[in-house]
Amino acid sequence: MRRIRAAAAGAVTISLLTAATACGGGSSNGGSNDSPKTLTYWASNQGASIEIDKKVLQPELDKFEKQSGIKVKVEVVPWSDLLNRILTATTSGQGPDVLNIGNTWSASLQATGALLPWDAKNFAKIGGRDRFVDSALGSTGAEGKDPAAVPLYSMAYALYYNKKSFADAGIAKPPATWDELVADGKKLSKGGKWGLGAEGSNVSENIHHVFVFAKQHGADFFTADGKADFTNDGVVAAVQQYVGLMAKDKIIAPGNAEYAQNQSVSDFAKGKNAMLLWQSASANLKSQGMSEDAYGIAPVPVQSGTPGTGANVNSMVAGINLAVFKNSKNLDGAAKFVKFMTSDAEQKILNTAYSSIPPVKTAQGDAAFNTPSNAVLKDTLAQSAAALPQVADESQFETAVGTAVKELFAAAAAGHPVTTDSVKAELEKAQQQMPKK
Amino acid sequence: MTTTTAASADSGERTVRKDSPGAARGPRRTGRIRRIGLPYLLLLPALLLELLVHLVPMVIGIVMSFKELTQFYIRDWGTAPWSGFDNYKVSVDFSAPVGKALLHSFLVTVGFTLLSVGLCWLIGTAAAIYMQDTFRGRGLLRALFLVPYALPVYAAVITWVFMFQHDNGLVNHVLHDQLHLTDKPSFWLIGDNSFYALLVVSVWKGWPFAFLIIMAGLQNIPGELYEAAALDGAGLWQQLRRITLPSLRPVNQVLILVLFLWTFNDFNTPFVLFGRTAPEAADLISVHIYQASFVTWNFGTGSAMSVLLLLFLLVVTGAYLLLTSRGRKTADV
Repeated sequence: MRRIRAAAAGAVTISLLTAATACGGGSSNGGSNDSPKTLTYWASNQGASIEIDKKVLQPELDKFEKQSGIKVKVEVVPWSDLLNRILTATTSGQGPDVLNIGNTWSASLQATGALLPWDAKNFAKIGGRDRFVDSALGSTGAEGKDPAAVPLYSMAYALYYNKKSFADAGIAKPPATWDELVADGKKLSKGGKWGLGAEGSNVSENIHHVFVFAKQHGADFFTADGKADFTNDGVVAAVQQYVGLMAKDKIIAPGNAEYAQNQSVSDFAKGKNAMLLWQSASANLKSQGMSEDAYGIAPVPVQSGTPGTGANVNSMVAGINLAVFKNSKNLDGAAKFVKFMTSDAEQKILNTAYSSIPPVKTAQGDAAFNTPSNAVLKDTLAQSAAALPQVADESQFETAVGTAVKELFAAAAAGHPVTTDSVKAELEKAQQQMPKK
Repeated sequence: MTTTTAASADSGERTVRKDSPGAARGPRRTGRIRRIGLPYLLLLPALLLELLVHLVPMVIGIVMSFKELTQFYIRDWGTAPWSGFDNYKVSVDFSAPVGKALLHSFLVTVGFTLLSVGLCWLIGTAAAIYMQDTFRGRGLLRALFLVPYALPVYAAVITWVFMFQHDNGLVNHVLHDQLHLTDKPSFWLIGDNSFYALLVVSVWKGWPFAFLIIMAGLQNIPGELYEAAALDGAGLWQQLRRITLPSLRPVNQVLILVLFLWTFNDFNTPFVLFGRTAPEAADLISVHIYQASFVTWNFGTGSAMSVLLLLFLLVVTGAYLLLTSRGRKTADV
């Protein structure tokens, strides 16, 4: 009996130890130029698949190697893993030299102190701060601090609509207000097809939409002094209106509540949804076999009037920034690489491949970005897009509120009503999860 | 019935101490010491490595739980300010949101663990007993039973994710389209049903281990016991209750404990099934703590929750071992 007890005790100890194992951590010093011939680069997944990204990036990296003699080892990281990977790299000090970050995370990651600040001296190495568009610079870190990253690709939300479905339903032009969108959506939602697609389980996607709705209701998720304020009337109304597109208006298929892997884009490409609110979907739709004349691109609707600033904001400033890890072993090489990636020539190539808009002024003027569809995105970025709050808690905010919206979509899909009270309760819970200051 | 109990207890003893009783009486002292000491000596390297791999991070985890560790300090966590017991206070303040959510998650985990372990054990035992009889195709069936145990967790669970999908999943196809058991396709990966989805995957993944262990345990029950019992007129149910189950007791003791700890701490299954943020109904404590640490970037509170979980599991395990071994002593008498 003694032996079996010893065995049990051993098993228990090991299991228990595993339970309490937390992440290790280590301090890291500043960077150096100890290995000037190599760089590691974490690219975010921009194309329809990781394979496509590798195909887009590799020739460019080869070009860079030819120019500079520096070999770049690239790893394309899926969105769902990216923030975690960055966080782990920050903790361990074992990160890549250069990496992509979602531009909304800039202030959060800036707070960790792991990213190289882009002061005037660093900007000078890549041609100066003035090369970049202002709206893109607006999401590179907290106001009043040196940016934690430089803009790489800019994007804005637009309304993608299926021309044939619209014609079949007798709709002459894309909706400009939400009332029109709902009315059109109702005409389009029949026979197994639906008016609009959504990604109910994708917390970031949820945040992007409710942020815009909140702006349109004249509300913000944070007070002027940076405190979370998720339960004010405007925010509640905004979230209720967005989830209501499924719960009340019934123009989004209940199944979309479970989507988190861009299934709504596939549905749109297959003609199952007639409308889609998405950022730079063209390349993705093309890779799924939808021809460019099959759909139109219009600005995201507003409550009334035409898109603009203030209550007529109709997109977040979306995009990807390029950051350098402070403790890189090749700081000079990293700066060269950033300069290469933000050069006019590369900006044209990469932004064309990803159907995004260059955040570099000179590249933006290129004819490739003056097509009608790009014009919508460019106008939105220039006139009616707003940056998500650049606060250190931004990443927590995305998760907490994005999850609240996910739960509300789940309730809507199950047929439960989404009321002011239920919305408020979920947002209350989200707010309480935010770190206390 | 006293004889049977004694006999079964004896056979239970034999399952684990094959080399000991009769022969062990009165060998030379040195031989005895060597025999007792050798296994521990052989265990030593593994034990040292375990300490290194697990104990050091655990100590770090405990230290972290007393610090105010947020995104401002993770790069160099040693510099994070001490916060005393604040992280613990926040975690156990059940009237406030963080504590309330932790309690909810804890209760979900307890319910889930009890159900999952119970079902794993039940199915494993039934299958093992059924497989005792030799019949054509037994080997094949036995191998098939072990498939879930042999598959990599990620691949297995992601397959379940596909099957549980609302629009194109196999589960809804069978339950709704073919059997017409539900009036509309159900959601399995979001909302309240997610608890059952998680339970199904957990049991599917866990029972083959129970099956394997119990099957090994059954091999050690001498056939004569059943023959004698049959002569005495004991039916199948009586044999199961009086011979099989008591003989399996030491095996079950370890099995249930290990299953309990694995299930309670299971992170892979819910994480692959639901992603970074689990639905409320299936918010298992491991994912909850992960979320507290890695999603809301509050590593201090996350560590405090981990330590509390460790303490809870230590207490439960201690009590369990104490109770089950006391039960054994009574049976031995």
